[in-house]
Amino acid sequence: MENMKLKLRIWRQGGKFPQGKFVDYELDGVNDHMSFLEMLDVLNEKLINKKEDPIAFEHDCREGICGTCSLVINGYPHGPMQQTTACQLHMRHFRDGDTITIEPWRSRAFPIVKDLVVNRDSFDRIIQAGGFISVDTGQAQDGNAIPIEKDQASHAFDAATCIGCGACVAACPNASAMLFVGAKVSHLAQVPQGKVEADSRVQRMIAQHDAEGFGRCSNITACEAECPKGISVEHIARLNRQYIASTLGSEKVAN
Amino acid sequence: MATSTAKRTGSRVGWFGKFLTSSIGQKIIMSLTGLFLITFLVVHLIGNLQLIMSNDDGYAFNSYAYFMTNNPVIKTTSILLYAFIVLHAIQGILLWSKNRKARGEQRYAVKVDRTAGGSKSSIYMGSLGMVILAFIIVHMVQFWGQMHFSESIGPFEAEGYEGAKDLYALVAATYENIGMVIFYVVAMIFIAFHLWHGFQSAFQTLGLNHKKYTPLIKAVGYVYSVLVPLGFAVIPIVMYLRHQGVL
Repeated sequence: MENMKLKLRIWRQGGKFPQGKFVDYELDGVNDHMSFLEMLDVLNEKLINKKEDPIAFEHDCREGICGTCSLVINGYPHGPMQQTTACQLHMRHFRDGDTITIEPWRSRAFPIVKDLVVNRDSFDRIIQAGGFISVDTGQAQDGNAIPIEKDQASHAFDAATCIGCGACVAACPNASAMLFVGAKVSHLAQVPQGKVEADSRVQRMIAQHDAEGFGRCSNITACEAECPKGISVEHIARLNRQYIASTLGSEKVAN
Repeated sequence: MATSTAKRTGSRVGWFGKFLTSSIGQKIIMSLTGLFLITFLVVHLIGNLQLIMSNDDGYAFNSYAYFMTNNPVIKTTSILLYAFIVLHAIQGILLWSKNRKARGEQRYAVKVDRTAGGSKSSIYMGSLGMVILAFIIVHMVQFWGQMHFSESIGPFEAEGYEGAKDLYALVAATYENIGMVIFYVVAMIFIAFHLWHGFQSAFQTLGLNHKKYTPLIKAVGYVYSVLVPLGFAVIPIVMYLRHQGVL
């Protein structure tokens, strides 16, 4: 379909709409080869030409790898296609005359900045609490000096594919960030470099997760279903194991 | 050196309380109390099947009830059971309220809940739990409460059971009422859905997700959550039909 006409119901907040409300737009001339974000670009061009405030939405690489785009499209974080970010979602998955509802991630820990843009600093603070390894600067050592089994490395990389977009929180009926924390803890706990600080990491990251006001995981698995990288809830189980073992078994106490 | 050690290990005060009130700790309480209640249901079912296993006007059931109300080990365990039911319910309500707040004031206008695990009952655990709690209260008042506090229950007259009450007659009289039969059967459907998610979720919360064992845990969970509520539901149905003279 070369020339689709769409009804868009978009959440606007800030400026003219301090409390936030849905505003309806009609957009024609949508090409089915466009990505979802390109479709919004076309709408924004029209709004700018009419001297109206364009719709604020986040985007960066538009290659599905940076984790910046964050739209709930017709009730699905990143849209109805699974394992796809909003920027990689194409308009061929919609039909002429469709009504599309677009909302921001809704979580107390992700306050709205403007329209569809949310502040995800809470994720950064969870990473700062322990989602890293401490290494001295200088020459990188030879990779082969630290042996790791291929299977184990692959499991770690499965978790490392997390792009930190927050779709897990947006999808979770409890607004919990356990898949995000699980992916980070599981990734680092499975590689030799990360094992060094594993005990303190898991306690600190969970303490920060809770302090940010995210909800509590009840194993619904909506996060895995909506994760653009398809990260499994197995990593949440590993996080739970790590947390229990570290809190009850190690001498570490998170501050 | 002393200061660096203190910094590394942090404060040791209240670490266990912090553990239990953390997001994972709260879920562990749900999981362990849930697993206890899952074990209890099997024992409860085996006992209750005495109501219909032998058509003996309640001798088997009344002697079983007498044993359960007088054995000190069972009495102690039952106090633990009541405590865990209350703890499971209170913790569940706290989690429900916390999770509601976590979503924020503005809810989604459109939200489709798609899950990787397949089961949708996980989304409604709180609501299912509230219905089950209401059921447990009615159930307790109806049988436990009447057994202990009502004067109208006749004695169980058999050798060696002095002072025992005829609980069988109370149960049989209750299940003569078709409304009560329906109430109990419907409650079991709610429990089945609650268990459908709860059984396997309890293991996932404890971190027990393993390629070799998880398929087995899930299979046992699904079989359990159908068979156990079904076993309970059969009792009022059979007793009603016996009263009607059909069986």
